[in-house]
Amino acid sequence: MSAVPAAARRTRPPLIRTEGLTKVYHPGSEAEVVALDRCDLTIEHGEFVSIMGASGSGKSTLMNILGCLDRPSGGRCEIDGVDVATLDAEETARLRLEKIGFVFQGFNLLSRMDALHNVMMPLAYANAPLAERADRARAALEAVGLGGRTQHKPGEMSGGQQQRVSIARALINNPPLLLADEPTGALDSKTGAEVLALFDDLRSKGHTIVLITHDPEIARHAGRICVMKDGVLHEGEHHLDAHAAPHGLDPHAPPGAGP
Amino acid sequence: MTPSDILRTSVFALRGNWMRSTLTSLGVIIGIAAVIVMVSVGQGTQAEIDKMVSGLGSNRLDISGGAPNQGGVRGAGGSNATLTDADAKAIREQVPEVQYVAAGNRGNAQLVYAENNWSTSWQGVQPDFFDINGWKLASGDGLVPGDYSSAAKSVVIGETVRRELFADEDALGQSVRIGKVPFKVVGVLAEKGQGGFGQDQDDVVMVPLETARRRLSGANGAPPGSVRQIAVGVTRAEDLPVAQEEIEALLRERHRIQPGGEDDFSVRNISEIVATRTATTRIMSLLLGAVAGISLIVGGIGIMNIMLVSVTERIREIGLRMAVGAGPRDIQRQFLTEAMLISFGGGVIGSLIGIAGAFAVAKFGSLPVALDWHVVALAAGCSVATGLFFGFYPAHKASQLDPIEALRHQG
Repeated sequence: MSAVPAAARRTRPPLIRTEGLTKVYHPGSEAEVVALDRCDLTIEHGEFVSIMGASGSGKSTLMNILGCLDRPSGGRCEIDGVDVATLDAEETARLRLEKIGFVFQGFNLLSRMDALHNVMMPLAYANAPLAERADRARAALEAVGLGGRTQHKPGEMSGGQQQRVSIARALINNPPLLLADEPTGALDSKTGAEVLALFDDLRSKGHTIVLITHDPEIARHAGRICVMKDGVLHEGEHHLDAHAAPHGLDPHAPPGAGP
Repeated sequence: MTPSDILRTSVFALRGNWMRSTLTSLGVIIGIAAVIVMVSVGQGTQAEIDKMVSGLGSNRLDISGGAPNQGGVRGAGGSNATLTDADAKAIREQVPEVQYVAAGNRGNAQLVYAENNWSTSWQGVQPDFFDINGWKLASGDGLVPGDYSSAAKSVVIGETVRRELFADEDALGQSVRIGKVPFKVVGVLAEKGQGGFGQDQDDVVMVPLETARRRLSGANGAPPGSVRQIAVGVTRAEDLPVAQEEIEALLRERHRIQPGGEDDFSVRNISEIVATRTATTRIMSLLLGAVAGISLIVGGIGIMNIMLVSVTERIREIGLRMAVGAGPRDIQRQFLTEAMLISFGGGVIGSLIGIAGAFAVAKFGSLPVALDWHVVALAAGCSVATGLFFGFYPAHKASQLDPIEALRHQG
């Protein structure tokens, strides 16, 4: 299901398209790990997709490659029609700047800067005009309900507020894709629900969201659920049950830990 | 990222750690301050030598009796009275490059005026003497042609002698005794101050050469018409070597010295002495510069060290910046700018301290100081170059970090 009209879909390439995407760590050695095994995934503009999986299932690896932070060992990955394998480090950075907003489990705010400057930070790399940066950041903070907290430093805000600052930062350059890796992992269930409500809101405004989580309840917020299992991507909610092995739903499992 | 963005980000990062930034720049501060003080002292010494050269006259030759390299018992050059008035006259007439020639004698005597007395050396001079040595009269007419031809008992005294004998009194027209002979003071020389070798140039007394011979030399057994030295002024400094050769040839001929025979006179070229001193000063300057350069390198290593620590400490920040769209070039420029700001800041502070230090040395030390603004600009430039050179590796390292590794970094 997608909100993008059929006509638009025809003229516009999918926002994410992977074919046979594979990632192998330490290839050829005894420690060889196949973190991603020939994943095919297509996400259209405007979709809200959650990728679920237990720790070690390869979901973080998939997110890193979709976010152009990591390079695949094999296969093809296109972001908005651009094959990322053809880009050098500078061009990849440019792609992240223009197309992708990240929301991390640990917020990753700079503790010495107040909320406004944290949100403004990506604008410098986008060479936005100096005069409008503060206004844009203020507007972004207002959009996530933090209009009155612009002068607060991360240490002076709750976890939910910090995560909303980081969402405002992710959206400041107006990227088509929002990649959220366990965005509620460090939050209690109430503030987690607030952040998810914010995602629903962004989704209704046309943002494409890819949400990565180990929690089926959170995954169900999305219109479409993919399940990662041992590096293989399965489409559809029915895989949730198959996935519901004891440790897969263990709420104490370290969320988002790497492969 | 625009340059102003990079600058703003770097200043923000440095301010967050201002204590560390200041301490890191200390190496550069000391290095730059050392460069400026040391080079200023070196150049001041050089300038002093240059002044001395012009004071002595760089286009003069001094001829004295006796061989230049006689060892042992024959004594210092000039003690053998082998030169004569006629030699001086021949040089004037036969060496075209020569502008001034003055033969002279010298000796020691006690001067007495009223209750005051003063021991000094007198010089018997010819008219050109004053021009060769750049003497000017502060008061009086000085020695006039008549004084020379009539061997008048007239004397010109230096400022030190005037002060010692006359204090506040007017010296002109007064009578002083040199030894036992009364002389009339006809001129007081303008003050020259301390010479390049530290001697008091104003402690002098000049009388006509002929007067000196008759009244002051006494019966020292010297042949009539002999002089101890001849000073020669050459019209153009670049003719000095030519004039020297011609004078040497002329005197060998006049003194009938066979080819291969030893000269009974020596010609000294002031610029040779000066050249030796200049070379010494240059070596000193090089050594000082080397010390300063080493301290800059040490300061640069300090910067590199701290920048490496800073990169490691801020590895998550680097990862985050990369995730939101910073390219390797942005990261490299930011850290390079931080390193350059530390070193340039150190350069500016070091320059101020160096300038203050140079003035302090000039005021309280006995060393001559010449502050050259080119050196200050060069030192500031060196500090930036130091930051650039030693900041490059840490900045490059930061730019090559793997974003995922950086984001996952604990600590």
